[in-house]
Amino acid sequence: MGKPMQVARYWRHFKEKYRLIGGKCKSCGQVHFPKRPVCPECGSQEIEEFQFSGKGKVVSWTIIRNPPSGYEYYKPYPIALIELEEGPLVLAQLTDVDPEEIDFGMEVEMVTRKIREFSEDGIILYGYKFRPPLK
Amino acid sequence: MRKPVIIGVGLTPVGEHWKLGLRDLAVEALLNAMEDAGVDKVDSLYVGNMASGSFVEQENLGALIADWAGLGNIPAVKVEGACASGGAAVQEGVKAVMSGLEDVVAVVGVEKMTDAWPSDATRYLAYAADAEWELFHGVSFVALNALAMRLYMKEYGYTEEDLALFAVNAHANGAKNPYAMFKKVIKVETVMRSPYIADPLKLFDASPIADGAAAVIITTEEKAKEFVDKAKMIEVAGMGRAIDTINLANRKDLLLLKAAKVAAERAYKMAGVGVDNIDFFEVHDAFTVMAALSLESIGAAERGKGAMLAKEGQIAVDGDYPIQTLGGLKARGHPVGATGVYQTVEAVWQLRGEAPNQVPDAEVGLTQNIGGTGSNITVTILRRV
Repeated sequence: MGKPMQVARYWRHFKEKYRLIGGKCKSCGQVHFPKRPVCPECGSQEIEEFQFSGKGKVVSWTIIRNPPSGYEYYKPYPIALIELEEGPLVLAQLTDVDPEEIDFGMEVEMVTRKIREFSEDGIILYGYKFRPPLK
Repeated sequence: MRKPVIIGVGLTPVGEHWKLGLRDLAVEALLNAMEDAGVDKVDSLYVGNMASGSFVEQENLGALIADWAGLGNIPAVKVEGACASGGAAVQEGVKAVMSGLEDVVAVVGVEKMTDAWPSDATRYLAYAADAEWELFHGVSFVALNALAMRLYMKEYGYTEEDLALFAVNAHANGAKNPYAMFKKVIKVETVMRSPYIADPLKLFDASPIADGAAAVIITTEEKAKEFVDKAKMIEVAGMGRAIDTINLANRKDLLLLKAAKVAAERAYKMAGVGVDNIDFFEVHDAFTVMAALSLESIGAAERGKGAMLAKEGQIAVDGDYPIQTLGGLKARGHPVGATGVYQTVEAVWQLRGEAPNQVPDAEVGLTQNIGGTGSNITVTILRRV
């Protein structure tokens, strides 16, 4: 992921990663995450921002035991494909969950969490993770 | 257009070559291929490589390798398509020959991976995924394949043991290949006893990190007569290549390798053959589940039936759909950007009748090389002249 000086690279995606804002095609109505310049359904370039609810269900998951460098701190950690209630799939870490509890179709909600940090005086990256909804 | 033929092959064993660098491996394979073809100069060089900048801080491989192999001031470039870089480089070489622009072309695939720390290697391989929307979340390449494996097992009712059969077959074949990294027969229990690296994917479901280089020399059928006998000419009869969404989550159908399906259709059409005409398949079994999905995407099995071919024993060298005849990525080893060229060399051996694990009377073979999580795929069909 490169060196921590790449600050601009991370703030470019604040909207998506902090608030789960994706795209909606004005032409065909398809919603996507992340937002794209061209609609993958109809090819239209008229795409507006779309706020996702953050609710979804687990489609598939795995437990990462050999992470890429930079993520050793969390290991082992679960990663899942989550189907948002509006349709699109998103890949994210699951948090606040016992790995044994994870199952197909498990309901989850988006929360903002620390994704990783760079060395002592480096930047800290935040973004979405998903957890079972609080009761 | 001119008929492209491969007239020479060369390679290094796949393994942990701690005493050899990227250039040593590439030059050795390239000079072996030139010797095999009986050529002492080539018109251009295409280098298949995925991540030399990350692994060994070296880009500009065209200049590096052509220079060190003493090829003179020829055009030479690196071709990159993640783990399908080797397959793509072969196809670029073929295109150059077919177009008439170049008569004798060298292609070398090389990757030097073991100089990197394992967690860094894991990171560099994940560069083939979507950096912002996959790697950002700490995903490894293995994990992306594990997500597909869990879904495949659920959707079609397979067990981890069922998929382990692909690894068992690869090792049985690799044991006979002197250039393979693992020349050891294994059992299903061997796979099942290996540790999870991304559940349900175990260490023995995955191909190893490795170093290696392989090379081929391509020319036209007409020109080939100057260098070799007909028995040594292998035609590149068909080829296709396609991409799919780079991000697995953006795929409409998570268990269809659409890029492989499209690439295979193009290759079959160009070669004028169907899947039933293919005598053996070198598919991209970087992970056991990918072997199953590959067989389905290229038409060797219906959707969901790829793993059945393994259960029925049809993927063995004496079966109807032999795959990984020299060990595949799992046992031969997977030096990522070189793999597609290794597959090509192994297919040439089979078609020349020189393979250590020979498919009887092989006339047509298919190689399928996957980059990313199915995002960039090449399919190439080779045939006896």
